[in-house]
Amino acid sequence: MLIPTSETDAAYIVRDALSQGKRLAACGGGTRAGFGNGVEAAELFSSRGLSGIVDYDPAEMVMTARAGTPLAEIEAALAQNRQMLAFEPMDHRGIMGVRAVPAGEPTIGGVFAANVSGPRRFVAGAARDSLLGVRFVNGRGEVIKAGGRVMKNVTGLDLVKLLAGSFGTLGFLTEVTFKVLPVPQAVETLVISGLSDEAAAKAMATALSLPVEVSGAAHLPYTVRHCFIDGRLPEGEATVLRLEGLAPSVEVRAGKLAAVMEAFGPVSRLAGEDSRILWQEIRDVVPYADGTQKPLWRVSVAPSAGHQLVAALRLEAGIDAFYDWQGGLIWMRMEAEPEAELLRRYIRALGGGHATLVRASDPVRAQTAAFEPQPDAVALLSARVKQKLDPAGIFSPGRMVDR
Amino acid sequence: MSQAIEFLVPRESVLSRRAAIIADLADLLPPECLVHEPRGLAPFETDAFISYRRVPLAVALPRTTTQVAAVLKYCNRYDIPVVPRGAGTSLSGGAIPQEDAVVLCLSKMTRILEVDYANRAATLQAGVTNLSISEAVGIDGFFYAPDPSSQLACTIGGNIGMNSGGAHCLKYGVTTNNLLGVKLVLIDGTVIDLGGKHLDAAGYDLLGLVCGSEGQLGVVTEATVRLIAKPEGVRPVLFGFETCEEAGACVTDIIAAGIIPVAIEFMDKAAIEICEAFAKAGYPLDVGALLIVEVEGSEAEMDAMLASIVEIAGRHGVKTVRQCQSATEAALIWKGRKSAFGATGRIADYICMDGTVPLGKLSYVLNRTSEIVESFGLRVANVFHAGDGNMHPLILFNANDPIEAANAEAAGNEILKLCVEAGGCLTGEHGVGIEKRDLMRYQYSQADLAQQMEVRAAFDEKWLLNPSKVFPLDGRA
Repeated sequence: MLIPTSETDAAYIVRDALSQGKRLAACGGGTRAGFGNGVEAAELFSSRGLSGIVDYDPAEMVMTARAGTPLAEIEAALAQNRQMLAFEPMDHRGIMGVRAVPAGEPTIGGVFAANVSGPRRFVAGAARDSLLGVRFVNGRGEVIKAGGRVMKNVTGLDLVKLLAGSFGTLGFLTEVTFKVLPVPQAVETLVISGLSDEAAAKAMATALSLPVEVSGAAHLPYTVRHCFIDGRLPEGEATVLRLEGLAPSVEVRAGKLAAVMEAFGPVSRLAGEDSRILWQEIRDVVPYADGTQKPLWRVSVAPSAGHQLVAALRLEAGIDAFYDWQGGLIWMRMEAEPEAELLRRYIRALGGGHATLVRASDPVRAQTAAFEPQPDAVALLSARVKQKLDPAGIFSPGRMVDR
Repeated sequence: MSQAIEFLVPRESVLSRRAAIIADLADLLPPECLVHEPRGLAPFETDAFISYRRVPLAVALPRTTTQVAAVLKYCNRYDIPVVPRGAGTSLSGGAIPQEDAVVLCLSKMTRILEVDYANRAATLQAGVTNLSISEAVGIDGFFYAPDPSSQLACTIGGNIGMNSGGAHCLKYGVTTNNLLGVKLVLIDGTVIDLGGKHLDAAGYDLLGLVCGSEGQLGVVTEATVRLIAKPEGVRPVLFGFETCEEAGACVTDIIAAGIIPVAIEFMDKAAIEICEAFAKAGYPLDVGALLIVEVEGSEAEMDAMLASIVEIAGRHGVKTVRQCQSATEAALIWKGRKSAFGATGRIADYICMDGTVPLGKLSYVLNRTSEIVESFGLRVANVFHAGDGNMHPLILFNANDPIEAANAEAAGNEILKLCVEAGGCLTGEHGVGIEKRDLMRYQYSQADLAQQMEVRAAFDEKWLLNPSKVFPLDGRA
């Protein structure tokens, strides 16, 4: 594994690889290495040697860190100042099991390279929405700066968004600058019990149409409910709605929301620590952190289409699923085959979206396109964009669109 | 009229074929969708950056995506530049045409195609105005968050082109954070869909790249945007401070205390006087700086937030606190702020800067801005979005005096360099356009710019889309 300890080193490694026709697979701590398509023979190229917070003034709500900085270090520094990453990046180690080889720690660069977001994403934006600036080494071995460290910036093309979620296929991130937010003073979760998937979708849509600022909306069907907070959720399916903010305000909003939700089913409340743990477990997909290699899909569709997709697939395949993002994010574990074609056909039929194979055994991964195949014109355009950043195709060939 | 900023030299190969090109376009478009008579072209010769004008070759006003695709395909085939345009409200010259260009104006595509509350999304044609989105869904308790000052006129297509912001993006983000999908026509006429009602991209985030690309990557004909439930209540409060430093420090402390209001607007003494004379909003005239802090939510939430904010302001020696008791009073507080540009226009010509700086540098940059403008013998009024560091110094001058005009432009350039040196950027929400194009090197290295230009070329290899904008004319690949 190549582990540069400076940006200059990183640029040198890329130029060296370029001249020798070598290929590089960028990574951080390697905890998400099981993502995406298999990469053709390439040497691991880790940012873990580029570590440390470069600049953090809590009053500006902005932090700059080297890409290989452990996420835990970032979150600890933020917590000291009662701040947080608004997009709640999930920790993939649970669902990936022992795949992480060589076992490392999640890094902030990895979070942005994979655009990892959690439950708050559907109202507060994805990792890419918090990312203000990056420094990276492109496929020519040049150090490129994009964006900056201010919250509003429309100066030139937004390469920051392009690099976010590109899984190291467009450049090797060396430094990231991102927005942070204050930790809400109080958090409370309303639990509506016993709803079918369809009724839950209606309840969540109703909740989001109210002026109560719901910041988490998930539906945990019967098969997964017991996996959360040591089984302490009330009996039956659990539709959970999170409220955050100043304590008196959360109290008022919870009352208003409960009054409306009672029409859907019995409502109970989850306060403080239980609420925090619940959302962390939803974020980290604990029901499927099961030590298996059963295919696990992360599906993003319009919120109202989520339960329809699951219902349709259930008739034809063995699946287990739960919902986040008001029903638009579906975590789906397959009992046997990945059923990629079936799944993707239904997604198209229900108005579009995408399915990413997050986990599967190696033979299954080798035969399944991990990312949603793109229409020809978009695939062609994406390939041209990749070519402009990595003309020789040395970064993780095959991982994303260029298979 | 200032002429310091250059445009690309018009292509003789296009100008000499003008009549033939117009005839061809007439085959592609219904008669009412093509403008080529001099009198008809006049309204399209500039935008809200009015110091520069160029009469275009023709203006296409398509009604459908198919027509947009046909015009682009034709122009691509014959190497004719295309300048996309919405309502023409760009403050950076983003929609100013050039003599050899066909203006592709989306102002006839004004249909709201779908409102989907269950998925909190609306799908619109590109010519739909910003404000009309919120108007269409307001009755059902929703709104569209980005609110540029020109929201009455500006179009969603233009907002996407410039990644527009507004006063309320401190809480809700700018256009790119509220955009779910687009229908995009590429220069060769290919129509692609990026995004939709689902979240996140399946592959590379081309949607994020297209937003704010100033019409250089393709032409957006439809957009799907995120709707948000309207807050129960909104309340602005006015704070008057002796000095700009106190006001600036107060802003920093509000944010540091973990409070995110929906808006924090800042006005200095010059701006207060100008706005008060025009709007009679009851602004205190014995203060050096004003903050308008707006919070929203339930009564309980607003009370709690305002109590904290008032307490913080007290620590910074606030002289005046005006909380409003009614919607009329709230509207009056905003009226002064929202009429700032118009009110300034009554007393002088002005150019409006748009740099963004880190919050910690606000006071320093304000002071230096005054020094810079005074050194050119001019006056400045500051009115801006303080919560996110997006500054809008208005440099006042007399456009009929060529020396003053040149000085104003020079002072503006100095201010933007100052913003970059302070760790900020050239433009927070208005875009680069032609106005800041030649300053791009202050912010980016040649390698940075070259990388952006190459990615641009992945979409438009021949540089036909809005070619005089964003990137310095020399040093292009």
